[in-house]
Amino acid sequence: MIPVHYYLILSAVMFITGVVGVLTRRNAIIIFMCIELMLNSVNLTFVAFSSYLGNEAGQMFVFFVMAVAAAEAAVGLAIVIALFRNKQTVNINEVNILKW
Amino acid sequence: MIPHVLNFILFLPLIGAAAVLLARRSDNAVRWTGLLFSLITFVISLLLYFEYDPANPAMQFVEKVSWIPSLNVSYHIGLDGISMLLVVLTTFLTPIVLISSWKSVQKQTAAYVALMLVLETAMIGVFSSLDTFLFYVFWELILIPMYFIIGIWGGKERIYATVKFFIFTMVGSLLMLIAIIWLGYYASTLPGGVFTTDITQLFDIAPTIPLNIQAWMFGAFALSFLIKVPAFPLHTWLPDAHVQAPTGGSVILAGVLLKMGTYGLIRFNLQLFPQSTLEFASLLSVLGVIGIIYGALVSMVQKDVKKLVAYSSVSHMGFILLGIFGVTVQGLQGGLIQMLNHGLSTGALFLIVGMIYDRRHTRMIEEFGGLARQIPVFSTFFLIVTLSSIGLPGLNGFIGEFLVLIGSFQSQVLGSIWYVVFASTGVVFAAVYMLWMFQRVVFGESRSPENAKLVDLSAREIGLLLPIVLFIVWIGVYPSTFLSKSESSVQRVVEKIEQVQRGEIFTTSVSPSK
Amino acid sequence: MYQYVGLIVLFPLIGLFINGFFGRKIKNETLVGMIGSAAVGLSFLVAAGIFVEMLGMPEDGRSHVVTLFTWIAAGSFKVSAAYQIDQLSILMTLVVTGVGFLIHVYSIGYMHGDRGFWRFFTYLNLFIFAMLNLVLADNYLLMFLGWEGVGLCSYLLIGFWYDKKFPGTGITWTGDAANKAFWVNRIGDFAFMIGMFLIFREFGSLTFREVMGGAETLAVGNNTMFWITLLLFIGATGKSAQIPLFIWLPDAMAGPTPVSALIHAATMVTAGVYMVARNSALYALAPTTMMIVAIVGALTAIMAASIGIAQNDIKKVLAYSTVSQLGYMFLALGVGAFTAGIFHVMTHAFFKACLFLGSGSVIHAMHEEQDIRHMGGLKKVMPKTYWTFLISSFAIAGFPPLSGFFSKDEILWKAFSDGSLVLWIIGASAALMTAFYMFRMVTLTFEGEPRWAKDKHPHESPATMTIPLIVLAGLAILGGFVGIPAVLGGGNAIEHWLHPVFAQAHHTMALSEHSSHTTEYLMMGISVVIAVTGFWFGRRMFLADPEADKRIAAKTGFLYRLLSNKYYVDEIYNGSVVRPLVRTSESFLYRVFDVRIIDGAVNGLAKTTGWVSAMMRYVQTGVVQNYAALVVLGLVVVLGLLIFS
Repeated sequence: MIPVHYYLILSAVMFITGVVGVLTRRNAIIIFMCIELMLNSVNLTFVAFSSYLGNEAGQMFVFFVMAVAAAEAAVGLAIVIALFRNKQTVNINEVNILKW
Repeated sequence: MIPHVLNFILFLPLIGAAAVLLARRSDNAVRWTGLLFSLITFVISLLLYFEYDPANPAMQFVEKVSWIPSLNVSYHIGLDGISMLLVVLTTFLTPIVLISSWKSVQKQTAAYVALMLVLETAMIGVFSSLDTFLFYVFWELILIPMYFIIGIWGGKERIYATVKFFIFTMVGSLLMLIAIIWLGYYASTLPGGVFTTDITQLFDIAPTIPLNIQAWMFGAFALSFLIKVPAFPLHTWLPDAHVQAPTGGSVILAGVLLKMGTYGLIRFNLQLFPQSTLEFASLLSVLGVIGIIYGALVSMVQKDVKKLVAYSSVSHMGFILLGIFGVTVQGLQGGLIQMLNHGLSTGALFLIVGMIYDRRHTRMIEEFGGLARQIPVFSTFFLIVTLSSIGLPGLNGFIGEFLVLIGSFQSQVLGSIWYVVFASTGVVFAAVYMLWMFQRVVFGESRSPENAKLVDLSAREIGLLLPIVLFIVWIGVYPSTFLSKSESSVQRVVEKIEQVQRGEIFTTSVSPSK
Repeated sequence: MYQYVGLIVLFPLIGLFINGFFGRKIKNETLVGMIGSAAVGLSFLVAAGIFVEMLGMPEDGRSHVVTLFTWIAAGSFKVSAAYQIDQLSILMTLVVTGVGFLIHVYSIGYMHGDRGFWRFFTYLNLFIFAMLNLVLADNYLLMFLGWEGVGLCSYLLIGFWYDKKFPGTGITWTGDAANKAFWVNRIGDFAFMIGMFLIFREFGSLTFREVMGGAETLAVGNNTMFWITLLLFIGATGKSAQIPLFIWLPDAMAGPTPVSALIHAATMVTAGVYMVARNSALYALAPTTMMIVAIVGALTAIMAASIGIAQNDIKKVLAYSTVSQLGYMFLALGVGAFTAGIFHVMTHAFFKACLFLGSGSVIHAMHEEQDIRHMGGLKKVMPKTYWTFLISSFAIAGFPPLSGFFSKDEILWKAFSDGSLVLWIIGASAALMTAFYMFRMVTLTFEGEPRWAKDKHPHESPATMTIPLIVLAGLAILGGFVGIPAVLGGGNAIEHWLHPVFAQAHHTMALSEHSSHTTEYLMMGISVVIAVTGFWFGRRMFLADPEADKRIAAKTGFLYRLLSNKYYVDEIYNGSVVRPLVRTSESFLYRVFDVRIIDGAVNGLAKTTGWVSAMMRYVQTGVVQNYAALVVLGLVVVLGLLIFS
């Protein structure tokens, strides 16, 4: 049996990778993927704890997250496409009109 | 006597405002509806004067309905001799203002008339509230219509002026709100006490608050009221607001709104915090005296008649401050009469300035001259009001100023005659700035060809000024009509402070806790 | 019938209302004039009736108070609209209404054809109303009402021809002169008011009777009394044009001439004298103030007389003469000769009113010419005016047995016997100058060859103007006989009449017995010599050479310029008070203090808030990653705190 902290460490690494990706990348699609990565790291944690504690509620949450993530992916990608249509770019540095 | 008469007076204008909005189809229908409601209100308010019984020490025409039970807030209104006179002043001036705007306000007439009527309700509410919370609501309610009146119908710089007016007042009133809450909370910390905003209860509770706390509350109330008065050096919103406001707005502003400040000082600062009043009387009197002289001197060098009148308000209101904080019967009675006077004289001056502005579209002194020959009726009214404003004996201004001065001269609280000696120079300066302006505007010869086209007052305009002039003479010759109604109320205010002086009411030294 | 004292005041009020409201509608000038005059005439009749009734009363029972209603009441302060009839007030009432009536009648002729005819009579009635309140009041406050009321009328009447130019120091229009009069008077009124406050604090009342009653117990030299009397006196210097507040009166000549006669010579300006006399009991308690009053009076008398020598405007000469004569009255009051002061008020009212009306008649005839250098030879053209003017000039110069002789001699004698030699010398020198400038004026105006322009056609004035002149000249002759001193075998009726009013003051002052009769005769003789000398020089010098002024000016140089420029007092006041005050108010108080400092602070606060916000908004970059980074940072900090604390 693989101890639970292995899963947690993997999950943390995935999460941090996601965070760093969100903060540093400029391409909206990649940022979007990084967010998915973060969500999935959380899913992994949920599943690991669910199995470790013998509580199914964790796995149920994963389904919720996946459902939400799917919806989000749909909406998010739609936004990105709309953005690309308007500005011919998905570089978020050029999408900063919501300021002062 | 009509039962619940004060309720009627308070809400009739509000109903009128609603009616005005319903009658929006034609401007004239709007004006007549508004006028009708304000006139009915005035007529009913005369009942207050006749029914008021000076021998009865309690508040009269009292209405009390619980409003927010958890905070002990109630709709509690009533009048004593002081507020009764101010309510009647308000109901007297509102129809005059509406008539004065008959021709000059042409855009969005319905909104203008409705706002004026809302303003009337709020002003009457301020004077009749016997609950600090209710008072605060009405106090803030004033700002809304006034903001729009200056902001929509004002002159070129109206936005600057109205925002300045709004913010000045707001700063003060927020502090007042804190003091109101603190006051209620303090009541709840007393043994067996509950949170209360009822002024009649606070009259007994507040004077015993320890001095260090009382001083803060006094300061918060005083600041709010001094801004409204306005006392030196918090006066700079006034000239801007007056110059930019439409004539009707200026009349109401000078006639009633400023009085809310001095009324508040009497009702709250003097009656709730007698101990602090004794502490701060000299300071506030000094502000009053500076205001008198400063307002007069600055007034003297103005080039715009309306601004000159605005600064003269600062000077006149200084007299009221001095009278209030001399804490003598004469001083307070004089201050009260001076409030009425200022409402009448300065109100009339603004009307007159408005009339000439309607004709010439300028208010610059240098543009006029020789009006006496061109428009004699106008000049005669102008002269009478000017003389009232400079305190000529036999007209109203003198009664107020003289009582204030002779009262504060004897004042034990101030303890020095120098306040009055300096304040009295204001009488000289008043003659200087008013008559100098008058000479340049009305006498001499015309300095602009435009003046040749001026037409004299219409019947409507004479009808506006006549009632004011009537009262100007009336108060000057027989002020007892008004003094006798407020005498007992004023005496009670003074009596309370004298009790504190004699040590019959004392503040608790340690703050009580539950 | 003293209960009907209210009527005395009521009639002018009725006249005022009729003319004020309907005057413009009444097209008939004579009717307007008659209404105005009748109002005052009726008052005079009532006053005369009361006077006759008082004659029949015992000496101590002649003082009555009639209360109409409570005027102002607040706490312990109570003042009524109440009139006090006593020997002093009835005397003043008779003078005011009597002379006033004559001047009203005169004005019908003088103001003929004026656009503001009805307005003029309205103002005159208002003036009489206010003046009667002043002299009849039983308390300080009602007196003050009259006091300021006459000031208002003075203002309105000086500026009556409001679109006429009137050149002067710092003055362009008649309205400026009116303002000057009102302002200077207000300075005096300021002192008067403070005086009243002190009186109320000291005595708890403002009625004359109670105050005088309270004063009975006070000791001489009381400090409060000093201040009260001094402040009241400063008030009087304003109204009665004494140093340092005399500057308004000469410019008050901007008004129509009947106004100068009524207000600025006969009645209003003597209000200060009346007020001090009314308070004689208080002044008696303050010897220091008395001394100040006497000195100010004497100095004013000589200063104004000396200015009068070098003036060429007929009304200006008379104006300075008035200031000078008022100085005499104060000199009398200051040495405790209250009766002499009031006596001079009365005689002065007669002859000065006559002189002013005469000058008005001349100006009328000369078509608004006022410069005596451009007159001359008028006596043939307008004999009635000439003779009445001449009689009054003799009266003012102090020729026996005209009225001015008795009153002025009484003052000089009292100044010597109860005052000091110096006061007498000043007074006597002023008397010399008076005689000189009066006859300089008479000579230049009426005698010699005509010097007026060809297009002028002087003529005698109509009867409405000459009859009042003749009546006043008659009074100027006879008026003195009520005060023939005992040494001349007279009864000095006025002294006896007023005695009860001043008894308290005399009792307090306990004046020493008078010097010998020989001295009094001697002084009287000197007075006569002085008058004759002045007359002789004035007449000789200017009869021989109407341009004698130029020679004198050339010889005396600076001194003459000093006099003709009125000692530069106006310039000094303008430079030291008026201009600095206006300039400071304009360029410091308003432009710097109000606009920059106070409003600057307010707007500065608003701007600072705006600036801080402007800085703060740069946090909002619009880059979502920056926001996310901040979220992460916040998370890290919160977690760190949770874990490590």
